[in-house]
Amino acid sequence: MAVQLTRVSGRTGLPNPFAGTDGDRRNRTIVAALLIAAVVYPFVANAIPSVLPAPSVNNLIVMCYYAVLALGLNIVVGFAGLLDLGYVAFYVFGAYTTAFLASPQFGIHVPWFLIAPIAIVAAALAGILLGAPTLRLRGDYLAIVTLGFGEIVPQLMRNLDKVNINIAGQTIIGPDRNVTGGALGINPIDALTIPLPPFLQKLWDTPNLVFSNSNGHASFYLVLGILVLSYFVCRRLRDSRLGRAWMAIREDETAASSMGINTVTTKLLAFSLGASFSGFVGAFVASYQTAVFPESFNFSVSISILIMVILGGMGSLRGVVVGAFALTYVSQTFLPFLGRIVDPPIQGLGQQIGIGLLQNFTLVSMNYLIFGVILVLMMIFRPEGLLPSAARKAELHGEGIAAEGTFGTTETVAEAATAFGAERGELDPGDDAPARASNRDDQPPNPSGNGPTGEQA
Amino acid sequence: MDISHIPVLGAVPILAPCLSDLGQCADALKIGLFNGLIIALVAMGYTLVYGILQLINFANGDVFMTGSMLALFGVSILGISEKSSPAFIIVGLIGLLLVIMLITATLNASIERLAYRPLRNAPTLATLISAIGMSFVLQNVGQILLGPSPVSLPKILPTTTLFSLGTVQFRFNEVFVAVVTVPLLIVLAWFVRSTRQGKAMRATAQDREAAGLMGIDVNRTITLTFLLAGALAGGAGLVVALFYGQAWWFFGFPFGLLAFTAAVLGGIGNLTGAALGGVALGIIRALNERYVDPRWTDVVVFSILILVLVFRPSGLLGAKRAEGS
Repeated sequence: MAVQLTRVSGRTGLPNPFAGTDGDRRNRTIVAALLIAAVVYPFVANAIPSVLPAPSVNNLIVMCYYAVLALGLNIVVGFAGLLDLGYVAFYVFGAYTTAFLASPQFGIHVPWFLIAPIAIVAAALAGILLGAPTLRLRGDYLAIVTLGFGEIVPQLMRNLDKVNINIAGQTIIGPDRNVTGGALGINPIDALTIPLPPFLQKLWDTPNLVFSNSNGHASFYLVLGILVLSYFVCRRLRDSRLGRAWMAIREDETAASSMGINTVTTKLLAFSLGASFSGFVGAFVASYQTAVFPESFNFSVSISILIMVILGGMGSLRGVVVGAFALTYVSQTFLPFLGRIVDPPIQGLGQQIGIGLLQNFTLVSMNYLIFGVILVLMMIFRPEGLLPSAARKAELHGEGIAAEGTFGTTETVAEAATAFGAERGELDPGDDAPARASNRDDQPPNPSGNGPTGEQA
Repeated sequence: MDISHIPVLGAVPILAPCLSDLGQCADALKIGLFNGLIIALVAMGYTLVYGILQLINFANGDVFMTGSMLALFGVSILGISEKSSPAFIIVGLIGLLLVIMLITATLNASIERLAYRPLRNAPTLATLISAIGMSFVLQNVGQILLGPSPVSLPKILPTTTLFSLGTVQFRFNEVFVAVVTVPLLIVLAWFVRSTRQGKAMRATAQDREAAGLMGIDVNRTITLTFLLAGALAGGAGLVVALFYGQAWWFFGFPFGLLAFTAAVLGGIGNLTGAALGGVALGIIRALNERYVDPRWTDVVVFSILILVLVFRPSGLLGAKRAEGS
C-alpha cells in the first residue's frame, strides 16, 4: 500500500508516506498568507462585503481557543486513536489552576506567564492520572471511563466549596473551607496585564495592556499566538518518532508493540500531551473571562470538541482547525444571524395557526440537533473528515475496513513501520512532494508485506 | 487484599450509621429498591444491545427520556388526573404504557436502521460516535418539544400508604413502580431464555456470523433487540414521569449513564447482572443520599463506573471480557 502512496524518496528507495503531509514550501506561503489575513482581519472585517455575517472579535477568540482544544484532542483521538469523551476534564484543570493562582480566592496572584506553564503541567499530570489505570481498557470502555472522569471533575469543582479535612483530630483544611467557589465559581480572576512602554501609553491612552474580554483585540492576538504555537507543536509532534508511534498504535496495537513500540508509555504521552493543550487554553480562558464557573464545563463541551475533530478529519491538523473554526462559527455567528431572519416568520406562522411549538421556535436552540446530525452523517458518509490527512484518507478508503482497528484498518502499520525506518536517517529531507495518495477503491492497495516492512529488522 | 474489595470497604462508613437506626436504613433501602427497578429496566436496553452488537447505545437514555416526554403528552391528551375515576386511570395508564412502548420501540429500531446499520462493519468507535450523535438529536428534539426546564405532570398516583412492613411504609406510587417494572423484567427474561426468537438473540450475541450460517436472520434479530430495548426504555420513561411527576429533556443523559453503570456493574451482556446492578446502584444512591450527601451521588456513581471498568471490567457477575481484544 505504501508503495503507491507517494513519490519514492531518492536515496533509499523507501517511500515516505507522510512526506506529503508536512511542510512543503507552497503550503508555507499559504500559511503565511493566512496568518497575515488573520492578523489584519479584526480591523477590516466590517469593510469586507460578504453574504455571510462576519464573526465578532469575541467570536474569533472562541474560534481560536476551540481550535487549540481540537488540536489537543486530535492528539488523543486522531493520532493515537483513543476515544476521549471527557476532554473537558483537562480543560477544567487548566482553568481552575489559573483561578487558584490568580484570584482573591486564596489571595495568590501569580503572573500569567508563570501560570500558563503550571496549568499546562497540571493538565498533563491529570492526563497521566487518568491514563495510567485506564489505558489498557478496550476502546469503548476507555471512552466511557473518560466520560465518567469528564463528569466527575467539574462536579468536584461544584462540590468542593465546604471542605473539611481532619486527620487524627487535627484540622488540615476547614472548617467549611471554600476551595473552588462551588456553583458560583471563582470570580474575579486576574487578567493578563502587561505594562506598556511610555510612547504606547500615550498612543493608546492606557498604562497597561489588558488581555481580558473587555479588550477583545489584544486577547485575539494572544489566542492567535497560542493557536499558531499549538499548531506548530502539533505538527512537530506528528512528524516525530512519537507521532508515528501513535499512528502505529492507532492502526494495530499488537503489531505496533511487536515493532518495539512501548504502547503504555506512548499512549500515556498521547493523553498527557493532548491534555496539556487544554491546560493552556484553560489558562487563557480563565484569565480572558476573568471568571470560571463549573457549569461551563460539561459533556457537550467535550462532544463539541470531538465533533470539530471528526468534522475536519481525525489526525489532520488543517482539518481539525478548520473543523473548529467552522463549527464555532456556525454555532456562535451563523445560527444567531440566520435565526434573526428565519425566526420571526416561523414564530408569526405559529401564532397564526396556533401551534405553541412554532411560536417559541428559535434556530439557535437547534444547535445540538445540527451537531448530532453532523456526527451521524460524518460517520456514515465521510469518516475521514472533510480535510483528511492523506494517510488517513488512504486507510479509510483502502480495502475492506477491518473491525479490529480502532478507527481504521490494520494495513497501515506497514506504513508506520516504514516511517520508522525513514526516521533512522533514511528520510530524504528534500522530499517535500505532497502525497498523491491513490486512496480510492478503484486502485486496490498492494499487499503491504513486500519490501519496506521486511527490510526493517 | 484483592483490589476488587475496595468497593466493599467503601460501604463501611455508610453501613455504620445504617445499623444504628434500622428503620431509617430500611426506608432508604426501599427507596433504593424502587429506583433501582427503574434503572434496571433501562439497563436491560444497554446490556441487550451491547450483548448483540458490542455497542454502547448511547441514545438509549434519550429513548427513555422520549418515553417520559410521551407520557407527559399522553397524560395531558387523555386528561388523566387524580380526580379521574380509578378505572379510567388504570385503563388509561395501561393503554398509554403500551402505546409509548410501541413508539419508543419503533424509535429505537429506526435509530439502529438509520445510524448504526450502515456502520455494521465499521470500527466499533465509529458506531459509538454515531450513537452519541443520535443522543444529541433526541435531546435537542426533547428540548424543543419540552422547553429548557423540567415540565411537571399532573399528579396522578396517590401517595397514600398501601401497606407497611414494620416501620417501612409502602406508598401507592412506589407499588406502581414495582407493578410495572417487575412484570416487564420477568417477561423479558422469559422471552430471551425460552422463546425461539430469544434463542436466536442469544446465538447472534454469541457469534453473529455463525448464527447467520445457521439460518438465523441476523438483521431481523438485531432489529428485534432494539425493539425490546426501546420498549423497556419507554416503559421506564413512563414510570419515571409518573413517579417523579416530571419530564425533562436533559434527564436521558444522566439516567442513561446511571443505567449503563448498572449494566457494567452487573456484567454487561448479562441480563440478570443488569437487573441486580440496577437495584444495587439504586440502593447505593439512596444510601448515599441519606447518609452522605446528595451532591456527591453523581461522583459516587461515576467512581463506581470507573472502578468497575478498571478493576473488574467483566462486572460483578461476569460476562464478556472487556480487556484486550
